[in-house]
Amino acid sequence: MSGRLLSHRMANMPEMTLAQRIWQINWSFVLLIALAGSIGVGMLYSAAGGNIDPWADRQLARLCIGILIMLGVAVTDIRFWLRYSYLLYGIALFLLIVVEIAGDIGMGAQRWLVIGGLSIQPSEMMKITILMALARYFYASRLEDAGRITHLVVPVLMMLVPALLVLRQPDLGTATILLVCGVTMLFLAGAKAWMFITGGLGVMAAVFPIWKYVLHDYQRARLVTFMNPEHDPLGTGYHIMQSKIALGSGGIFGKGYLEGSQSHLSFLPEKHTDFIFTMLAEEFGMAGGLALLGVYLLILLYGFIIALRCRNQFGRLLAMGFIMSFFFMVFVNIAMVMGLIPVVGMPLPLISYGGTSMLTLLFGFGLLMCVYVHRDVRLGPGSADDTL
Amino acid sequence: MQRDNDQYYSFSRRSALLFGSQITLFSALAARMYYLQVIEADKYRMLAEDNRINFKLLAPRRGRIVDRFGVPMAVNQQNYRVLLTPENTKDIEKTLDTLAEIIPINDKERQKILRDIKRRRRFLPMIVRENLEWEKVARIEVNAPSLPGITIDVGESRFYPDAAAVAPVLGYVSGVSEAEQTGDPLLELPGFRIGKSGIEKTLDVALRGRGGTSQVEVNAFGREIRELERVEGLPGAEARLTIDLELQKFVAQRMGEDSASCVVMDIHTGEVLAMASTPSFDPNAFNRGLTADEWKSLSSNPRTPLNNKAIAGLYAPGSTFKMVVALAALDRGLITPATRISCGGKVQLGDAVFHCWKSKGGHGSLDLIGGLMNSCDLYFYEVARRVGIDRIAAMAEKFGLGTILDVELPGEKKGLMPTRAWKRAVRGQAWTQGETMIAGIGQGSMLVSPLQLCVMTARLANGGRAVKPRLTRAVLPFDGNVLPAPPAPEFEDMGIAPANLEMVLKGMYAVVNTPGGTAYRARITDPNFAMAGKTGSVQVRRITKAERETRVLKNEELPWHERDHALFVSYAPVNEPRYACSIVVEHGGGGSTTAAPIARDILREVQRRDPSPGRPVNVVRRATEDES
Repeated sequence: MSGRLLSHRMANMPEMTLAQRIWQINWSFVLLIALAGSIGVGMLYSAAGGNIDPWADRQLARLCIGILIMLGVAVTDIRFWLRYSYLLYGIALFLLIVVEIAGDIGMGAQRWLVIGGLSIQPSEMMKITILMALARYFYASRLEDAGRITHLVVPVLMMLVPALLVLRQPDLGTATILLVCGVTMLFLAGAKAWMFITGGLGVMAAVFPIWKYVLHDYQRARLVTFMNPEHDPLGTGYHIMQSKIALGSGGIFGKGYLEGSQSHLSFLPEKHTDFIFTMLAEEFGMAGGLALLGVYLLILLYGFIIALRCRNQFGRLLAMGFIMSFFFMVFVNIAMVMGLIPVVGMPLPLISYGGTSMLTLLFGFGLLMCVYVHRDVRLGPGSADDTL
Repeated sequence: MQRDNDQYYSFSRRSALLFGSQITLFSALAARMYYLQVIEADKYRMLAEDNRINFKLLAPRRGRIVDRFGVPMAVNQQNYRVLLTPENTKDIEKTLDTLAEIIPINDKERQKILRDIKRRRRFLPMIVRENLEWEKVARIEVNAPSLPGITIDVGESRFYPDAAAVAPVLGYVSGVSEAEQTGDPLLELPGFRIGKSGIEKTLDVALRGRGGTSQVEVNAFGREIRELERVEGLPGAEARLTIDLELQKFVAQRMGEDSASCVVMDIHTGEVLAMASTPSFDPNAFNRGLTADEWKSLSSNPRTPLNNKAIAGLYAPGSTFKMVVALAALDRGLITPATRISCGGKVQLGDAVFHCWKSKGGHGSLDLIGGLMNSCDLYFYEVARRVGIDRIAAMAEKFGLGTILDVELPGEKKGLMPTRAWKRAVRGQAWTQGETMIAGIGQGSMLVSPLQLCVMTARLANGGRAVKPRLTRAVLPFDGNVLPAPPAPEFEDMGIAPANLEMVLKGMYAVVNTPGGTAYRARITDPNFAMAGKTGSVQVRRITKAERETRVLKNEELPWHERDHALFVSYAPVNEPRYACSIVVEHGGGGSTTAAPIARDILREVQRRDPSPGRPVNVVRRATEDES
């Protein structure tokens, strides 16, 4: 009862000032994100053999810029994001198509566009905007609506179109993330369980044609290698093997910072991007690996709580959807380097070297914090069209 | 409000479910970490510490290619190579400097090496130099301590003892280009060669074999300490061809420097005994790596040494086509062997005048055998006019002209057998009667390959059975599994009336063996070896009206590229035909003067060697025997 009264009161609350919003930011969460990013900078310092060049310095700069962007996003009115969700999604989709066409016209397979000296990776933009667009689609719909199949056609298309475009680039990792985002949103919005079961069966039926016609040779090779590493001892199987040797030889407490012999002897491929977790676990052992998992779990917990405390469906969906895609990236990367799943190109979020993915992630965390700042704001069906 | 609460509860329940799964999956990661870093830690520590394991891929030996008697045509030779493994040296520049004191490395090579290193996996050795002399090998071995990352390796390289003579059939091997990489690590091995043309390409996968692996324990400096495990690969299969190497060499040598091609085959089995295309190239040079100049001179040569003209050279068949025209007419009863047509040297059709090659005076009245023997153009203009192009084309295709014969070599060309429908589709015009007449003497837009001409001759001489050419007798895998020999192929009867075939063969007999026949001077005098055949001279330029009125220039008076192509198709022995031979000499002048003598020598040689003895059971004895 009191909850209802409270929410009623909050709904009529005057607009928050900027100072109020800054005050509302969950600063302990900001520190946690900064901590994870700093671990990454530290590992990149080690990956370069105890040198800030060529990775650590740039990563640090991006982390700082990214955190500023994150705070900027956090204090922006959530109705602004609600209003421009579709527009941002549309822009990302348009750029994806442009990249696709540019690739067809003979610039070869590429994933980014250069606009005014700035290189933009539309698939990264899509990771965030797909969450915003789906959250907007569902924020005002009733639970019964979300259970009706006619209501779900549009969001399923909104998820499949970009996913297929990204798959064609070809970028299996990002395409999977987009699908995970989409399915999570459908699930949270209230789609019925039987729909997921039917969908799952449909996917299984589609596996063969996709294997045959959609996957590229190298992607097939990766899957085959995973099923049977002896098939290709010098190819991808070699990477997994070397990754396991480096990890396993780290033991419980590791070989010490900057002392990861396997990583530094160049046995480990891509030690600054996809295989950075291996290096961390070699140098700091299982203790270090578990500590990092702990940091990630804490971030997930924050996200979960933010989603539950939010009073509007838009924020809830956005928060939980982002948390889910973040979890997926962490899990796929770590499971991959430990030989649990096939090698797919997937960086370790907040840790791996890479500017675009770092900025995208921090933008996403910005949205998450924005949801927290505006947790008590009520967004009625018409809120998307209100003037700010 | 109720609806909000429902929504909120559903969301919370489902979020909690997701969060729960996240925790579960994280626990799985933690468990895996425990497994790798605690339970299996000792194993991985051993692998990681002082010793490191290197996987090495062992290149399989490429299968030999032998001729029909087992004489080697393509073998492997030992080859000492200097390899550089980038990850085993701290300072590549320094290693190269030291190496350069033993074997000269110029700036260009050095840059290439440094560039290649960046593109390759650091644990894969790359070739710095091949075909090293023994003295250099010894000096490098002695200096090994100051040459980290450098190893000497004994590889095998392909060698073709008879080089140019076999190149058109065998093709060559060469390094794998980036576009040819399939992800198979074997193809990434330094110095690995794959077939790029000819049989080497067709049978590449079988000849390649399967790579083995070797796990080597190496110390911290990359020196190999011992081999831990070795999985032997499988050498490539041996390919046994239908070619008779001695005959092949004879043919190539007989054709000399002319831009020519020749196919010799067994008319019953379709086995190709020799296939030559001259001038040829040295396939060993491709294996070694061509210099830019060598490549330029090969690729810009107007006599196209890299092109196997026997399967990819296309020419109008000229008068060698007349047997097909005659058969098309006989088949329909539009002429009989006794039909006489009179030749006055030229004939008028509308505005156009069609000349016989003997335009002064003509041949007078001729029957079919006379028409073939004298290769009278007027006779065949008339026959073709009666039959029509579509029936001629249908008969030609029965005999393999303008069709793909699946000869097991890459680059085989189909040629062209024009029909009314073809012209309408491609040129958008109606077929004219003049074109039919030109087609009657094998000129105009039709194009055939020497291989097709040889198959045509074989099908004429074997009693009208649709024999197809074969180049591979057997592929013998190295693992000792001897595959059962494929059954001798049976070729179906094409349904040509024996009496008609007989008449045409009589004509071919007369061409060579009757005084006055166009190839009488090139006959084989030994009656046991006698051949029958048909000449062809294909005009490649237009003879103007003005030239006709004064004097038609002789071939010797023309520049090389304007001279006629010389063609000859033939089979032998006439009594019991066994071998067919086709020859095209580009711009060689006349079929009777240039091509027929070469065919005579080749057919005499093949009968003397008789590489394909043993008579098939169902051979029909030919009537020509009665005449000889």
